[in-house]
Amino acid sequence: MKELIKKITEAFGPSGYESKIVELIKNELEGHVDEMTVDQMGNLIAHKKGSGKKVMLAAHMDEIGFMITHIEKEGFLRFTNIGGHAPYTLVGLRVVFENGLIGVIDSERVDSPKDIKFEKLFIDLGAKDKEEAEKLVRIGDVCGFYNPTVVTQNRMVGNSMDDRVGCIALIKVAQELKSSPNDIYYVFSVQEEVGLRGAKTSAYRINPDMGIAIDVTPTGDTPNGHKLNVKLGCGAAIKVKDNSMITHPVVKNFMIDVAEKNDISYQLEVLTYGGTDAGAIHLTREGIPSGTISIPTRYVHSPSEMIDLNDLDASIELIKFMLKEDISKVL
Amino acid sequence: MLLKRLTEAAGLPGIEDEVRNLIREEVKDLVDEMRTDALGNLITFKKGKVAGPVVMLAAHMDEVGLMITYIRSNGLLSFKPLGGVDTRVLVSKKVLIGPDKIPGVIGSKPIHLQVPSERRNAIPLSSLYIDIGTENKEEAEKLVSIGDGAIFDTKFAEMGEGCFKGKAFDDRVGCAVLIELLKRDYDLPIYAVFTVQEEVGLRGGSVAAHDIDPDLAIIIEGTTASDVPGISEHYHSTSLGDGPAISLMDRSVITDRRLVQGLVETAKENELKYQFRRTSFGGTDAGSVHLTKEGIPSTVISVPCRYIHSPVSLMNINDYETLTELLDKYLQKIAKGGF
Repeated sequence: MKELIKKITEAFGPSGYESKIVELIKNELEGHVDEMTVDQMGNLIAHKKGSGKKVMLAAHMDEIGFMITHIEKEGFLRFTNIGGHAPYTLVGLRVVFENGLIGVIDSERVDSPKDIKFEKLFIDLGAKDKEEAEKLVRIGDVCGFYNPTVVTQNRMVGNSMDDRVGCIALIKVAQELKSSPNDIYYVFSVQEEVGLRGAKTSAYRINPDMGIAIDVTPTGDTPNGHKLNVKLGCGAAIKVKDNSMITHPVVKNFMIDVAEKNDISYQLEVLTYGGTDAGAIHLTREGIPSGTISIPTRYVHSPSEMIDLNDLDASIELIKFMLKEDISKVL
Repeated sequence: MLLKRLTEAAGLPGIEDEVRNLIREEVKDLVDEMRTDALGNLITFKKGKVAGPVVMLAAHMDEVGLMITYIRSNGLLSFKPLGGVDTRVLVSKKVLIGPDKIPGVIGSKPIHLQVPSERRNAIPLSSLYIDIGTENKEEAEKLVSIGDGAIFDTKFAEMGEGCFKGKAFDDRVGCAVLIELLKRDYDLPIYAVFTVQEEVGLRGGSVAAHDIDPDLAIIIEGTTASDVPGISEHYHSTSLGDGPAISLMDRSVITDRRLVQGLVETAKENELKYQFRRTSFGGTDAGSVHLTKEGIPSTVISVPCRYIHSPVSLMNINDYETLTELLDKYLQKIAKGGF
């Protein structure tokens, strides 16, 4: 498990540029599903056929990142954000491009850390001037955080836990689930971080009877942190609400019942901000009952997102036991 | 001149009739099919000679402006912006209201009566009103109604070295490109769509794309050129005269890499100027179009325009003509080898 997490979280895949992740996941799923398709947006849709109702499970492949907008005379790169970053956290970080090229982020001189905005930041490739930089990158090139994933006690830290850890949960479920009465679509979606985009089009295509997103959620257990109920290491988080969706009561109760019945540790999550792919799925076509299983994660959207392996295991168990139930009896 | 007529016509979000009628007249003999959908999008179609890929080209007809929301007892009109208007520049501008184009002036407290703090700050929207020269509400109501739109009274003109000034280049310049392309013949089946309500949330493009369900979409826009004093070079977004701007990403879409690559290659092959749009602010119809149904590969290409979303903007004729040529060549290329 730890090797898989390291491999998948360290791979390159900012929003819109997820093709490397697609290849890694495809390899893991080979032989465990009936059909795999990559749609026009780049979503990987893995179908495990069943005679029952359609369940769509979605985890997003993309990570937050940066796009180059300008190359300065001196060879420094200006960039814009892909997804939600706090600019003041970026100074001193390393970034990696699709071809492995490494750069360092720093800021123009500012009077106060509050003044650190994207327009003040730049990436240094070590190029001595524009000419040399232009041989390495061009405007529109994309990069992500460069930070190896490490194990700390029973926890792991890396930069794309959001939401590769959700992808890993779905990979494990697909590998381990022996049989299900349901018709299952595992969707590894694109462009969640820029607006739940891949889930929107894949949900339209699949038109499922139930949608479940697997994503990370921030915790409230750090010093003077957000007032949130979710704690690291206390089990799978069953989402009740975030800014993108109010969980369908039937789906929420189904998730809780399955967790209770099978002694899976879980916690309820009420998030006062943010959203997941379920936000897009539940508004598709005529409306689709949807929910989210969240893997508690500290320091979300930083280069050091921390998860607890027990929470990941609990989430995998919860999904597996949910899929063993006949959802036509639930809806 | 087509661009002059297009930009001087009124076409506020939801009230695009005048522009739509003008375009309809302009293209009716050029296309195989033409219809206006329930939201007001003008959808035109040229069959071409092959089955596909089916291309959707889109430009929005609506411009930013104002809507009359209240008529005061003294005959002055309250208003709200339609779309993202730079409200700081509204004072003392001339406007034309409603279908009869009733002239009005945006007024506020004169400088003699302003206290120092008022002089230092931009006049807030709440302190502005439109004066149509009537004495009271009754007189005003004979000329205008609540809900009427108000456009800026800006005349189109050529100026400087190959530049135009006028209002609504965003996105009448896109509409003009579409009309130019409809005059030419392509092997591909092409829908040229003139959309509504882009400025208030990419609304028309969304339903038109659902209706057409094309294989790919190219959105033609007038986009911001901020190559002006006080803005560092890496925030210029686009520069006037450097050719059409190809978008890589904005707040609404990450453009399809294949289409971007195709446009760049086409520009290089034909020695046409191009630039990338170098910021990621704003949104376009591509934002709603690319998420339609199962997803539609989409991109955006724009004519750089200075001072958009204000009463007057400036563009370069070469950028406009190069964009038309680039799309012309790219459509021929797709017809031969796909995308």
